[in-house]
Amino acid sequence: MSSFKIFDIAGSGMSAQSVRLNTVASNLANADSVSGDPNNVYRAKHPVFQAVMGSPGDLSTAKVNVTGIAQSQAAPETRCDPGNPLADAQGNVYAPNVNVVEEMADMISASRSYQNNVEVLNTSRDMLLATLKLGQ
Amino acid sequence: MRTSLDSYLGIHPQALSLEAQRNELLAANLANVDTPNYKARDIDFQSALATASGNSAAAPSSALPLSPSNSAAQSGTSAAAATGGSGNGSAIDAASLKYRVPMAPSLGGKTVDEQLEQSAFAENSVRYQATLTLLNSALRNLMTAITGS
Repeated sequence: MSSFKIFDIAGSGMSAQSVRLNTVASNLANADSVSGDPNNVYRAKHPVFQAVMGSPGDLSTAKVNVTGIAQSQAAPETRCDPGNPLADAQGNVYAPNVNVVEEMADMISASRSYQNNVEVLNTSRDMLLATLKLGQ
Repeated sequence: MRTSLDSYLGIHPQALSLEAQRNELLAANLANVDTPNYKARDIDFQSALATASGNSAAAPSSALPLSPSNSAAQSGTSAAAATGGSGNGSAIDAASLKYRVPMAPSLGGKTVDEQLEQSAFAENSVRYQATLTLLNSALRNLMTAITGS
């Protein structure tokens, strides 16, 4: 039955948003993981979403797919901290290019989108259950 | 006297199936609310129902503006075209499936407005419940007529 596709669609949305939440958690957890080598420092990760259109005979399905995780190409932040055991010859350490404020906003957006999909799922489930009781 | 069950139930079975499919479309729009370049899609419910019930004279009227082509909705970007037949028993064909005209352009090229889609989804589920109630009472009437009690 066609209504069961909603479970697939909303499920793919929930899975994509949880991948996004995972990358936010990873970025926030590593926001202060400094390194002595600018090429070896943690870089902010962001998922890339893509809509998956249904086959030509199937017009309405458009699931979400996470096609990959992109790493931010922004330069790492240089901090002068000679006392740090990881500091290089100039006394510098390199902090990840994670923008904490941006990550927090991203987290709220992901959580709201996840809730949206849960709401769609709940409504569709109620509708299906009501349809099952038709004629009783 | 012969009464066909189809004519007894009237337009409601078609309406129910159409509402279920519209809910699917709106769920897809809501799932893709963060997908760049995604073009929101919807059906013009009035005209789709008129087509499904064999009365295509009704004028299309929709609360939300819809465009028949993706390019009119937003130019310069590409998305999968809404092509395909209605051979799978679906009441929605390529002609009635349309793209949402965005109220404001967005940076990522997507035309999904979360609040609009949410309210359309809520409205459509209420429609579905209403159709279900009408169908239910029609069937109950029939049962009363059969059992006579």
